[in-house]
Amino acid sequence: MSEAANREHVLEVEHVTMQFGGVVAVNDLSLHVDKGEIVALIGPNGAGKTTAFNVITGVYAQTNGRVSFCGETLTENHPTGKALASYLGEDAGKFSQTILKTPDAITKKGIARTFQNIRLFKSLSVFDNVLIGFHMRSKANVFSAVFHLNGAEEKANREKTLELLKMVGLDDVKDEVASSLPYGKQRRLEIARALATDPKFLLLDEPAAGMNPQETIELASFIREIKEKFGLTVLVIEHHMDLVMEISDRIYVLDFGKLIAQGTPDEIQNNNRVIEAYLGVQEDE
Amino acid sequence: MNTKSKRIRDILLSIVLAAVFCCILAYFQYDTKTSHSYALSILTRSAVYAVVAVSMNLLNGFTGLFSLGQAGFMAIGAYTTAILTIPVAARPNVYYLNGIAPWLENLHLPMIPAMLLGGLFSAAIAALIGIPVLRLKSDYLAIATLGFAEIVRALLAAPMMDTITNGSFGLNNVPGYANIFQPMAIAAVCILLMVLLINSSYGRAFKAIREDDVAAEAMGINLFRHKELAFVISSFFTGVGGGMLAVFMQSIDTKTFSVSMTYNILLMIVLGGIGSVTGSIIGAFLINGSQEWLRFLDVETTINGVQVPLLRPGLRMVVYSILLMIVVLFWRRGIMGTSEFTWDGLFGLFTRKNKKKKTGGDKS
Repeated sequence: MSEAANREHVLEVEHVTMQFGGVVAVNDLSLHVDKGEIVALIGPNGAGKTTAFNVITGVYAQTNGRVSFCGETLTENHPTGKALASYLGEDAGKFSQTILKTPDAITKKGIARTFQNIRLFKSLSVFDNVLIGFHMRSKANVFSAVFHLNGAEEKANREKTLELLKMVGLDDVKDEVASSLPYGKQRRLEIARALATDPKFLLLDEPAAGMNPQETIELASFIREIKEKFGLTVLVIEHHMDLVMEISDRIYVLDFGKLIAQGTPDEIQNNNRVIEAYLGVQEDE
Repeated sequence: MNTKSKRIRDILLSIVLAAVFCCILAYFQYDTKTSHSYALSILTRSAVYAVVAVSMNLLNGFTGLFSLGQAGFMAIGAYTTAILTIPVAARPNVYYLNGIAPWLENLHLPMIPAMLLGGLFSAAIAALIGIPVLRLKSDYLAIATLGFAEIVRALLAAPMMDTITNGSFGLNNVPGYANIFQPMAIAAVCILLMVLLINSSYGRAFKAIREDDVAAEAMGINLFRHKELAFVISSFFTGVGGGMLAVFMQSIDTKTFSVSMTYNILLMIVLGGIGSVTGSIIGAFLINGSQEWLRFLDVETTINGVQVPLLRPGLRMVVYSILLMIVVLFWRRGIMGTSEFTWDGLFGLFTRKNKKKKTGGDKS
């Protein structure tokens, strides 16, 4: 791992705590993802994995802590006033700024995500679902868009959309309504849509949920393929341990909102605390 | 048939349809043997409401913002247009009770610039209102915009505005349309612009917000900016529609722009299909038309000395309501649903082969 130390931290999460009322969903979470890595975030149900994702993508504003991307602070917050009085986490005085970028601004920086409970634009066509991803980078204003003065850009986007759909193997269903696709294809479509925003960093929230073993194997090679092709860095939440062990360079393990272990797949597999909290369950199966 | 020849066929058919429609209008306009003013007024009113219905659909059907402020924005557009187009010579008569504000006395604009100004004025107010109001969602947004429309109505009738809006006396002497083609052309241009917007990249972003705002935001779509944009554009065309209504009615007062007007427009878009432009147009023509065509039900008629039962004043609204219920029961999502009119769809209706589901906004 000596060369990894020299690598650039693409994503850096520092001491993030997310508190909802009296519940601390994520407690003092610090992690980093280096350029070109595939990092997995695992943990039992309710461990706070998706909450961590929502903090990184700006859907939730963390109670305390900082998230930075390529050296630039995306969000930073610290508890004040009433929130400070009821604050149950740690490092309350560590951060002093309040910077809260909205999810769209964070996506513009190059972070794309998929959702655990698939959130496609259900009644739109498969093609439109992906094409919408290009809107953000479009240079056209309303007037040039209405009068179709951006024809070249629009045409290029349509071609790129078709290319993306071909890559995920959905070009034959491009005119279907998104909600009519089978589950596995909807997951692929969500990834294609995320790729349309031209991300540097991709967050996948349980991409293999509901997939059979064969589809899971295909997904593993698919994730590697897009990582190489688009020069991505990937952070993935997953419950399928075979997928996690196969694709990830490093693994973080969360339990009850706290980080309990981190390391390479081999280290994690042999970590007693992890086995206790999480992997032990799998031996029963 | 391949796609190219189909496209040519569709274009030809559309041109033929437009030509036939123009011929009918020309017949109504220039046939002097009998007076067609009744038919012309229904058609003009329908065209006005088509513009307003499509712009309401742009907001409610395409962007998913349940707004009920239409009457307010129409009132702003209507009053702006009316005040600016009343001939200077006629103004002392219109404002005979309270007089006219000195700065307004000689301010006069032709019809189209006045309508545009009315639209811009509505849009500007929408931009201001939108900042607080668009943070609300669904029902709360509806109530806030409904309240706004009532405030506009009350303000226009307020005694302080007497020298500008003539208060509760309303405005009259607004010059009408020269012919039926004027309102039709204005309506066509407005609707065309909105269709172009809906089919553009921004239109897709609006639909994305309607479908799932969290996912739309994750796609880098700035929710507030796009909602505000849809609100302002919709209000612009609603304002222009209000101006068109003022020119059509030639005299307006604030009672016209009550909540029931918004509900009437809502009825048109629900009947036509929320999320379908052609549906809104059909809805506008159908509702304006049927309210008038059913008038024979209100007249007590005797055939061969026998009085036809049930026919008496009031029956029209009963039948009208029953018809609406039937339509809503059998076409749950409106006549057009979220799909647009296509010639393929029309022929499919007869051949019953068109079972394939069309996606929203997808034009074949």
